[in-house]
Amino acid sequence: MSASLPSGPRPRRLTPGRIGLYAFLLTAAVFFLLPLWIMLITSLKPMEEIRLGNILALPMAPTLEAWGKAWSSACTGLDCNGISVGFWNSVRILVPSVILSIALGAVNGYALSFWRVKGANVLFGVLLVGAFIPYQVFLYPLVRIFSQMGIYNSLTCIVLVHVIFGLPTMTLLFRNYYAGIPIELFKAARIDGGGFWTIFLRVMLPMSVPMLVVATILQVTGIWNDFIFGLTFAGRENLPMTVQLNNIVHSTQGERAYNVDMAATMLAALVPLAVYFVSGRWFVRGIAAGAVKG
Amino acid sequence: MATVTVRAAATGAAAPAARPRIGRGLPAALALVPTALIVLVVYVGCMLWTVRLSFTSSTLLPKFDFVGLAQYERLILNDRFVVSAQNTVIFGVLFIAGCLVLGFLLAVFIDQRVKGEGAFRTVFLFPYSMSFVVTGVAWQWFLNPGLGLEKLVRDMGFSDFTFDWLVNQEMAIYTLVIAGIWHGAGLTMAILLAGLRGVDEDLWKAARVDGVPPWRYYLSIVLPLLRPMVVTATVLLAISVVKLYDLVVAMTGGGPGIATEVPAKFVMDHLFERNNIALGTAAATLMLVTVVIIIAPWIYARYVRSKGRR
Repeated sequence: MSASLPSGPRPRRLTPGRIGLYAFLLTAAVFFLLPLWIMLITSLKPMEEIRLGNILALPMAPTLEAWGKAWSSACTGLDCNGISVGFWNSVRILVPSVILSIALGAVNGYALSFWRVKGANVLFGVLLVGAFIPYQVFLYPLVRIFSQMGIYNSLTCIVLVHVIFGLPTMTLLFRNYYAGIPIELFKAARIDGGGFWTIFLRVMLPMSVPMLVVATILQVTGIWNDFIFGLTFAGRENLPMTVQLNNIVHSTQGERAYNVDMAATMLAALVPLAVYFVSGRWFVRGIAAGAVKG
Repeated sequence: MATVTVRAAATGAAAPAARPRIGRGLPAALALVPTALIVLVVYVGCMLWTVRLSFTSSTLLPKFDFVGLAQYERLILNDRFVVSAQNTVIFGVLFIAGCLVLGFLLAVFIDQRVKGEGAFRTVFLFPYSMSFVVTGVAWQWFLNPGLGLEKLVRDMGFSDFTFDWLVNQEMAIYTLVIAGIWHGAGLTMAILLAGLRGVDEDLWKAARVDGVPPWRYYLSIVLPLLRPMVVTATVLLAISVVKLYDLVVAMTGGGPGIATEVPAKFVMDHLFERNNIALGTAAATLMLVTVVIIIAPWIYARYVRSKGRR
């Protein structure tokens, strides 16, 4: 999104102002990195060292013991199987949710951009406004509906919820993307006898790779980081990693094992961080495009 | 004055101008049926259902009587809710102002052809990729008085140093502000930076010829040009203020006492733990009203006034 050059004043040689500039940026960088650094080194220390030592100091003898504990034996309430349970739950929630929500969003965007359907504008308008409404407004009735359907507290339920609440952003994203594709292309495909699905699958979808990447980045981080839906709809058997992390940190009896807490936190942050660092500018494009979700 | 072009790239939400859609046919309508159902049942139906419930006396199970505004009267008299609402205002003002100021400064400083621009941007934005739960747990650990920042400074020789905000009723809300800014300032920076990159370079040359100092250039010339991005960022931040929930649960649990309760948590607690559906839905309805008040002028300015009816 920022392919053009910086517009600021052209730099002169190293002046006091220039030094101040770098000092500010470096201070800010320390502010942003400090919590991550502290998390990391705390997770590598044994508890005695945490109690006695300096929170910023490097571990004297780095150990992955806390990571092992966090992964496989930390207590999340009554069960003590570690955060790995949450990790796999999150994966099982993530995969179908991401695929379904993107598929639905792409079809919607395509239909809304190229096809004339009665009431489509109203539909899109409501969806757009819906993106801003706090989830608390929908939660209780949704719980009742899912209970009536007999799927409350199941994997199906939480996946459905992610698809429902991913709908505004995904639709908007693909609608805006397809609006940039020349209408002549669509006309040509129509003249060649393409129907709704043929044009979508054979013409539009292959052209949508950049948007599919952006949408995937957005949904993977969004759904992985979700807390409130997992807590409300997933049920005890399918609690995602964020909820398990919160349970590990806040339900420990006796003295808190900060190293295990921090290892669990790092583990929970790993997937979105990996997505962020691997995707680079694509991530920025994604949040800018999906920023409407807030 | 030179022509000025500020791209709306960062805003993303801006819908491209409508154009004639030419396809016709049943499959397109059928493809939109699932979405139409979701919109009708969830976005409209559930919302109305919640509003309706807020006028009943439901407790553990929903009832469909009508008690007028009784639940709203109880809300106003409820300490927990009043504190929640006050916290939203305190957190909202400081968080939004903090993100905007820090985000703007970072964007402007990064825009000075600095070395390692990419690295700085990566560092400033990475917290945004992490969840609020992770953010909350990390800051809770760093700011805890026993072993965190307080101990660190004391060990450095300042034995009287006290930093107990996290467990201090008066100050705990400000720790949430710090963690919130840490999480959200990078997004603001990214949005404003994209705006800065759209500002015509000739403008700076012209300003320099006129002897305008850089700070004045950014404050009086560039900032007004970035207005659309500032507005977008503010709306996004404001929405996240109203939705604030995970961060509080992970970092303070609403405590100490009820010092950091927020409306979203009030709703969740009353719906799913305290079995007071009517009071919870009344609070949810008030959240809805707040969001409508925030976004209505924005949507009006952006989609209705500027583009005409679509």
